[in-house]
Amino acid sequence: MAQQALFLIMAVFTLGMALGTVTSRNIFHSALFLVGSFAGVAVIYFLLEAEFVGVAQIIIYIGAIATLIIFAIMLSRSVTGQNGSPMNRQWAFAALGAALLFAALAWLFSRVDFGSTAQPVPEDAIALIGAGLVTEYVIPFEVASILLLVALVGAILIARERHS
Amino acid sequence: MTSADYLPILILILIAAPFAGIAILLPSVLGPKNPNRMKQEAIESGMIPFADARRRFPVQYYMVAVLFIIFDIEVIFLFPWAVSLNQLKIFGLIEMGVFLGILLIGYLYVWKKGAFEWE
Amino acid sequence: MDLSQLDLRLIGVWFNNMLAGAGLAPGIISLINWVVGALLLLIFALTLAIALIWIERKLAARLQDRLGPNRVGPYGLLQMVADVLKLLTKEDITPLEADRVTYNLAPALAVFQVMMAMAVIPFANGVIGADVNIGVLYLMAIGSVGAMAALMAGWSSNNKYALVGGFRVVAQLLSYEIPLVMAMLIPVLVAGTMRMNGLAEAQGGWFGLGWYVWTLPTAFLIFFIAALAEGERAPFDLLEAESEIVAGFNIEYSGMKFAWFYLAFFLNSWVLAAVGATIFLGGWQGPFVAQIPALGVIYFIAKTLLLFFIQAWVRATFPRLRIDQMMSFCWKVLVPMALLLFIAVAVTLKLGLPQPVQGVALLGLNLVILLATLALVSRAQKRSVGAGKRAFAPELPRL
Repeated sequence: MAQQALFLIMAVFTLGMALGTVTSRNIFHSALFLVGSFAGVAVIYFLLEAEFVGVAQIIIYIGAIATLIIFAIMLSRSVTGQNGSPMNRQWAFAALGAALLFAALAWLFSRVDFGSTAQPVPEDAIALIGAGLVTEYVIPFEVASILLLVALVGAILIARERHS
Repeated sequence: MTSADYLPILILILIAAPFAGIAILLPSVLGPKNPNRMKQEAIESGMIPFADARRRFPVQYYMVAVLFIIFDIEVIFLFPWAVSLNQLKIFGLIEMGVFLGILLIGYLYVWKKGAFEWE
Repeated sequence: MDLSQLDLRLIGVWFNNMLAGAGLAPGIISLINWVVGALLLLIFALTLAIALIWIERKLAARLQDRLGPNRVGPYGLLQMVADVLKLLTKEDITPLEADRVTYNLAPALAVFQVMMAMAVIPFANGVIGADVNIGVLYLMAIGSVGAMAALMAGWSSNNKYALVGGFRVVAQLLSYEIPLVMAMLIPVLVAGTMRMNGLAEAQGGWFGLGWYVWTLPTAFLIFFIAALAEGERAPFDLLEAESEIVAGFNIEYSGMKFAWFYLAFFLNSWVLAAVGATIFLGGWQGPFVAQIPALGVIYFIAKTLLLFFIQAWVRATFPRLRIDQMMSFCWKVLVPMALLLFIAVAVTLKLGLPQPVQGVALLGLNLVILLATLALVSRAQKRSVGAGKRAFAPELPRL
């Protein structure tokens, strides 16, 4: 009961922050709203008893990605308060696209059985994740490392080559 | 674990956040208020401020953030693995060696490209 | 009197019994417990900050052949109280061009962040706000919020110094978070748990030789250096470099808002010291702690103050690094060192050696890696001096 109330509060908070992200006239504020939205999602993960995912959400999305976004903003344009309306002529199409995507996802989620279980989360879930990474899910795990490698090399190429 | 473990943290959020916020507002009640133009200018060591401060920044900072993301994700993968080390067989160790080895290639490449030099 | 009754947890039990005696439901009782715990933590944090500021000012003064605060109260002890009153009644100035909401939010976020970090610090066995199973990762997550506060302050002030300071903060905090967390990962590897209380517990026995600082000294060294950088302390205080950018990201802040950043700075230093004490110096472990659990608090606070003392000592002694030195030291020395140490420790643990042999093996491993790094860095320095370059800037290889 209390859990559901908390979920509702956090869902509204997350959506509000997301709305702020797309409607704010100041791009730096947009980035801060996005941070709030990330934090809301993290709390929802905690409510789902997926504390590892929740904490990874905070570390990676708030700690790293949001900072990167802010740096990218500062890198690409001078951010002087008001930057004009975020709406352009294509906003109607964008809204339509977003609505369609939402409808498709809602339809999908209403039909898929995610296999809910009454079993509690095991006590040492973290160790299970760790063991799972190098046994059952070893291929995705190693592929993730190659993905990170590619991201690293790509970032260097883009930033460095133009620099020198 | 249950999310009940995190209830004390939730309570602390609910108490610490207003505490941190309200104290910021106190001086506007307690302190004097006589603002003037000079006082409210940005400090530029005695010079009159010119131009807007929010200007573009060197690409170096962006590089740091990219490097950080990569290593951050790597470290997050290491944590659950570290906790489960005593349950793992030797294969688990080798797998992590491969994971780190691939990243090591990237690390050496980045070093060679000079991303760690600050100009 | 039975000394084993001197356990702080028993105060909690007594408190709960009293509440239950008053006929309250169990849910309400735990709620009251948490609220009281949170309030105690806040009061402790504020008192501690005043003490820490006094210690640091007095110590820095003595190290620099000055007297330090000595007018208000005995030994200047009440100086901080006077300062707080002064700051509270100062005029609240917001720069005209500042982004008001972000500007005011930043100091609040800084203090909020450090208070949240204190929730997972074990003061004695079981005396901890929330012994969550992701303790170390939780600290890492909270730490990343701190960088956000500095960035917000730097950006919103609309001051060139503030912005440069804000950017330097983030570049430094992000870079040094990697070796910091990797150094914290190594005790986690040995103990097999991320719970802060569990990490302290795992260092018991062997008459204090179980502390990870004895078996993993290099990891501790990496942690301590990275913690200096994360705590924005000299020699890594270039984000507030007075001689270059006046005060860094908090230059436009005055009165209580400045005090809030100041408070966050000192508490952050203490939290880093507390984390170091917990995962490397045995936390609340110490002689007779099994018989008299309340001693744990004294041991723990003493260890944190020892680490804080060393931090302040370093701050009063060392000159500031340049930004290129700061970056290359992190990425070219600390990160590879920590990574190598992590792999070596993992392999050693997997060998399945008996307890004492394993400890000796880990110690040997740590020393080998430390000495090898020192040799490599000093060779790089000799080469750069020989080539007629700056004597104090070891030219680390460009590969």
